Amino acid sequence: MNLPIASLNGLATGLFLLSAFGSLATRQIQGCVRFFRLQSFALAASIFLLAMGTHVSDLVVVAVVDLALKPLLIPWLLKRYVRGELFRHREIEQLLNIPSSLLIGLFLTLTAYLSAPLLPLPSAAMGQINLPIGLAGLLVGVYTLAVRVEALPQLIGLFGVENAALLIGVAVAPNLPVVADMAFAFDMVVIAVVIGILTRITHERVGSTEIGAMRALKEVGIE
Amino acid sequence: MSLLLLLLVLPLAASATAYFPLGRRLPPAVTLIACVGELGLSVAAATMISSSVRIVAVPNWLELDGFSALVLVLVALVSTTGALFSWGYMAREADDGHLRRYYVNYNFFVWSMLAVPMLVEPALVWTAAELTTILGVYLVAFDNTHESVEAAWKYSILTIMGGAVALLGFIVLHSATRYGEAPFTWTGLVALAPHVPAKILRTAFLLILFGFGAKVGLVPLHTWLPDTHSQAPSPVCALLSGVKTTVVLYVILRMIPVLEASGAIDPSRWTVPVGLVSVGVAAFLILQVSDYKRLFAYSTVEHMGIILTAAGLGSTAACYGAVFQILTHALTKSFCFFAAGMTLLAVETRSIASVRGLLQTAPATAIALLVGAIAIAGAPPLVVFLSEFSVLRAAVFGKHYVAVALLALFIAVAFFGMLYHVSRMVFGDAGTTESPQCVARPPLSCVLTVILSAAPVILLGFYLPAPLDTLLKMAAQSLSR
Repeated sequence: MNLPIASLNGLATGLFLLSAFGSLATRQIQGCVRFFRLQSFALAASIFLLAMGTHVSDLVVVAVVDLALKPLLIPWLLKRYVRGELFRHREIEQLLNIPSSLLIGLFLTLTAYLSAPLLPLPSAAMGQINLPIGLAGLLVGVYTLAVRVEALPQLIGLFGVENAALLIGVAVAPNLPVVADMAFAFDMVVIAVVIGILTRITHERVGSTEIGAMRALKEVGIE
Repeated sequence: MSLLLLLLVLPLAASATAYFPLGRRLPPAVTLIACVGELGLSVAAATMISSSVRIVAVPNWLELDGFSALVLVLVALVSTTGALFSWGYMAREADDGHLRRYYVNYNFFVWSMLAVPMLVEPALVWTAAELTTILGVYLVAFDNTHESVEAAWKYSILTIMGGAVALLGFIVLHSATRYGEAPFTWTGLVALAPHVPAKILRTAFLLILFGFGAKVGLVPLHTWLPDTHSQAPSPVCALLSGVKTTVVLYVILRMIPVLEASGAIDPSRWTVPVGLVSVGVAAFLILQVSDYKRLFAYSTVEHMGIILTAAGLGSTAACYGAVFQILTHALTKSFCFFAAGMTLLAVETRSIASVRGLLQTAPATAIALLVGAIAIAGAPPLVVFLSEFSVLRAAVFGKHYVAVALLALFIAVAFFGMLYHVSRMVFGDAGTTESPQCVARPPLSCVLTVILSAAPVILLGFYLPAPLDTLLKMAAQSLSR
């Protein structure tokens, strides 16, 4: 019984990592959001499989909440608060070109795989794969955050980091109180609303959402 | 209803009331009344704690001890003075809807900061600490200028990323509950710690230190802090610098007794170097600032470093110094930002070089700014001097001579940097600068706030009331073990 669950979890976490690379490689904002949706589906699937494998019924609730909020509510909120023209924006800029970014992503994934066994984290047998993949997702998410200059792809990078933390979390601490899981989910929704509104204000005020191009604040030294 | 639950309901009720368009004066009035109520409730709670009465609203979820009671009172106090200052300061805002949204968000922000010390379940503490960041974003971007929006972005992206890293730390921390029956609370973790492999606690602590270090503004993750604390409206700066950073640092400090209880980990290996580097970098950055609000913001990085260093030294005396510094920082830094806000109203520029002879053009504001700078720099007999002295004394008694020497050097550098910049603004000839100094009479509520905030900064330097001393000792006790 455990073998199919572990294999299916391997598939779900594989999709999770693939979608992290997807949001690194795509040139469209809508593409970034689609990959975030895919990643959140994969996360919900992994949580659900771990719920079946570890017999922790609370995790089913977590999976359902994850499914309702991340692939559905959060993209809807972003579309509601951010202007349509920003969503349709193509050829978004990033600091390094995409092949270089993918190579760096690959290097980060290898680092995660090599360093995961060094971490003293006990995890459920069928969730052992969650740790290296979660770590890889976390590093790729942080890299996405750093390399993107547009507001929404940065936000998707940020959500990638939070998703990765949860992917590790459900394997390492499946017994986390369901109230805490709900609070994490609530937190992500608030982030989506606040950053969505901030993106709109930035677009209105600055004329673009190129965060990387904002250089008004810096130390200029003693005058 | 329990005292703690009431404390959580009050800001939410104020926020809901401020939302409705029932007149321009209603949102500031409701906010101020709610904040005064929160201050009364938190002082009542702290008094009960200092009389050794346990406060448990929901067992293992919502409780209070000496350390959390101290932080709670400070949040409530600075929120109250911030609300009073906001009344006059924000009156310049012409758009009623924008003003209402300010107060709605102000109360939400206060709510999240009050929740952090009251919660004892670390996963919920993480959520509340994360909310302090997110609910502050709108307030930072309130002025709606290019600079304030940029500051809000830097603030949100870096600190939310830090929050995600800290989340991983809390998840690792939760795996400690596999090694015993104690609940997942701060005290439960102290009881569990001797049975948990040291590697788990060490990994969790480092992730939390790195992740929440970004929210506190510890070097090298401090870059957002001067931008944010200089661009936000001054009452918000007082909250951000005076208590918001402290509230998140409180969460990091809560981990120290857990590590010490394990017996196999020495937290000072990380806290002292990180703290000292923050103090040192901030002290030298203070020398080269050109914006007086950034000056006070860098001083926050310096103070966070001092508190972390002191708490890491481990002795009860050093922990007393750390909690005393938390108190004096909150009181003095909020006062400094109120004085900076009055200065901004008077001269309409943040540039140090553009302001000369403030004593001639706006004497009351100049005196407030000068007293703030002298106080926050740590000059005797004001209250920051006492707390910094108690940290240095504890470090000497603990034979941490390198830490003492570096701390003393960095504090001295920051002292001279602070006074150099502020004295240039306050003294000199008002006619020597190109920018016009359009002096406006400061609003009454701002003047009142400055007087009220200055009182403890000066008086506590001469006399520390016994109940407050007891609370500080209890806070130090909860921190040292």
